[in-house]
Amino acid sequence: MKKLSARRRHPLAAVVVLLLALAATGGLYAAFAPADKAQADETAQSLAIEEGKKLYTVGCASCHGTGGQGTSDGPSLVGVGSAAVDFQVGTGRMPAQQPGAQMPKKPVIYSQAEIDQLAAYVASLGPGPVTPTESQYSPEGADIANGGVLFRTNCAQCHNFTGAGGALTDGKYAPNLEGVSAKHLYEAMQTGPQNMPSFPDTTMPEQEKRDIIAYVQNVNSGDTATPGGLSLGGLGPVSEGLFAWVFGMGALIATAIWVAAHTAKAKKS
Amino acid sequence: MSTANDKRKAPAGERVADWADGRLGIYSLAKANMRKIFPDHWSFMLGEVALYSFIIIILTGVYLTLFFHPSMNEVEYHGSYVPMQGVLMSEAYASTLDISFDVRGGLLIRQIHHWAALIFLAAMMVHMMRVFFTGAFRKPREINWLFGFLLFVLGMFTGFTGYSLPDDLLSGTGVRFMQGAILSVPVVGTYLSMFLFGGEFPGGDIVARFYSIHILLLPGIMLGLLVAHLILVFYHKHTQFAGPGRTNKNVVGMPLLPIYMAKAGGFFFLVFGIIAIISAIATINPIWALGPYRPDQVSTNAQPDWYMGFSEGLIRVMPGWEVNLWGHTLVLGVFIPLVIFPLVLASIAVYPFIESWVTGDKREHHILDRPRNAPTRTAFGVAWLTWYFVLLVGGGNDLWATHFHLSINAITWFVRIFFFAGPVLAFIITKRICMGLQRRDRDKVLHGRESGIIKRLPHGEFVEVHEPLTQEALHTLTSHYQYTPAEVGPTVDENGVERKVSRIERLRARLSKAYYGRDNQVAKPTVEEYKEITSGHGHH
Repeated sequence: MKKLSARRRHPLAAVVVLLLALAATGGLYAAFAPADKAQADETAQSLAIEEGKKLYTVGCASCHGTGGQGTSDGPSLVGVGSAAVDFQVGTGRMPAQQPGAQMPKKPVIYSQAEIDQLAAYVASLGPGPVTPTESQYSPEGADIANGGVLFRTNCAQCHNFTGAGGALTDGKYAPNLEGVSAKHLYEAMQTGPQNMPSFPDTTMPEQEKRDIIAYVQNVNSGDTATPGGLSLGGLGPVSEGLFAWVFGMGALIATAIWVAAHTAKAKKS
Repeated sequence: MSTANDKRKAPAGERVADWADGRLGIYSLAKANMRKIFPDHWSFMLGEVALYSFIIIILTGVYLTLFFHPSMNEVEYHGSYVPMQGVLMSEAYASTLDISFDVRGGLLIRQIHHWAALIFLAAMMVHMMRVFFTGAFRKPREINWLFGFLLFVLGMFTGFTGYSLPDDLLSGTGVRFMQGAILSVPVVGTYLSMFLFGGEFPGGDIVARFYSIHILLLPGIMLGLLVAHLILVFYHKHTQFAGPGRTNKNVVGMPLLPIYMAKAGGFFFLVFGIIAIISAIATINPIWALGPYRPDQVSTNAQPDWYMGFSEGLIRVMPGWEVNLWGHTLVLGVFIPLVIFPLVLASIAVYPFIESWVTGDKREHHILDRPRNAPTRTAFGVAWLTWYFVLLVGGGNDLWATHFHLSINAITWFVRIFFFAGPVLAFIITKRICMGLQRRDRDKVLHGRESGIIKRLPHGEFVEVHEPLTQEALHTLTSHYQYTPAEVGPTVDENGVERKVSRIERLRARLSKAYYGRDNQVAKPTVEEYKEITSGHGHH
């Protein structure tokens, strides 16, 4: 022991400790790290990354840079994860048509296989949110009422009570959520695309995301029940007022003119 | 009336009338009023639309009170609307859900009640504009104009309180908006808010308080004003448009009974039918989709019903100014809109008094003006409507942004600029149009109507044949009265002493000139002009 304590202040002591620590960490990692994926899987993965890079170079690199590092025209994609790619490309928002306040939803131009390859490439740039599996986003058996409470607390201030959408500053907007797939809803919450804040699992657990998806699909989809008749866009009193003036007053004034035109004198000139 | 000496038995109707007269003494009253004449014009039925929708609101409102619980006690919902099951909410909101889903006919009645309310306010506004643009507010009807205006304002607040009753997220946001406006009042704001809400917002009282205001206080006052409004219509007799045989001293039209009564009764059912159809096909205020009110939640698209929309516009476009004085905050960004809010309404309400002061006209008017013949009034009315509409755009700026793909900031700036510039532009343009129409009328009287027939004269000239107007049309186009501008008058009397001319007197002369000066009305053709031009030879 004496020997050890005597050499404690040797100039190389720090290096030795560092080496020992590194060896210990590496050894522990090797011992406890999950087993390697099957070799074939690995190959498929690297193939997807390779194909994805080709697609990326053609469709994305002009704005996001050749290595996904970002340029003055587009943000860096390092660490955005495959979920962000699946959302942005899967809803047609990317590749962008033109610069603007916000990238609108457009017809999707890539196949799902190509989107997966792109996602694999972007995910390889740095760790980020992973594309969810169906068991994660499926609204089956979720609590709609709880989803409603969560939606009104976290989402309604931009997306409206039932997700009909709303305006943000300077031409930006929160889009209408009608017809958005459960997967894309989940990915949007997870990654926070464009002007939306992100709701990672640490602040909004998977189950709550499923509840919200169940609520949105219940109150704002093509087959949402509207017991009161036409929903008038679900936009509240502005569209109702417009309807009352145009159709209500319109019909009433037309009727008044009709009644007044049929007087008791029956004058027809 | 039948007497004991009569051998024959009087008809049943007469006997009933006799029975009633003996007890109520209504014979003379009925005799005087049953043959009351009302002129016929579609625009005179706009007030009826308002009256009938008010009746519909009362009828449906009574039904709703049978099922609505004006309480803010917290309950858990277990009704038939699945997305709300298990959610905590006030009893008011839960009972409104029950009315919508579990009470027989409840949703339809609720929708009739609400649609009728929107149409009631819209009809009152259109009716008010009819009265305004035709000058029907002139003596002796100034008080009735004010009664009508009060009905409109009370209707706004009755609507607001009623719309807040279900305690849903949208209306609760509106109540919060109102509380914010109250809080911005210097010195007393916080006290007023505490008094109204029975403590801190939202407290547990506001729904019950709004309930008694909505179903008792305001409708009671409105009913009284409405009766007074109608009594005055009877007393003044209805106005009419100019035309042959119509003078300031008669009313040409049809008697109340049976013709007008039948038409009005039938019209009531038409109005009811139209409102019922609208309520059956279009959703209004789907509170189930909005969720119960919670002060920590808010949604976009949070607007009030249309009649309160201009106040929303005022607040949305107002810069968020704030002054801190001696530890107290004066929130000008909210307080200034609160001050402008009544001014917007009052500016149209006081107009009749300004006009009568400018004209100095103390005569009674029972013949209506055509809007073009009162260009300044018409221009003022259009300017006011423009102002109102610009504020409505401001109130719905987010929907204009999303639906026309515009920037909300650009819309806000548009409203800020057009809040000032819009009315001025509208005034100038409207006045020009009115003058043009007056000139056209003058032209028609002097030269006749363009017949569309082109004639070629023997020497080759082409002329269009103008047909002279009928005597009736000539009368209608020239019967309006044209004022001469009020002068300040001689400022020096016969002894050479200078008279002091007050500022008010000068202002009035200037305004009068702006109303009736040479450049502000087109002189209608005189008899001499007409004779000269129609007797002329070779005139076409």
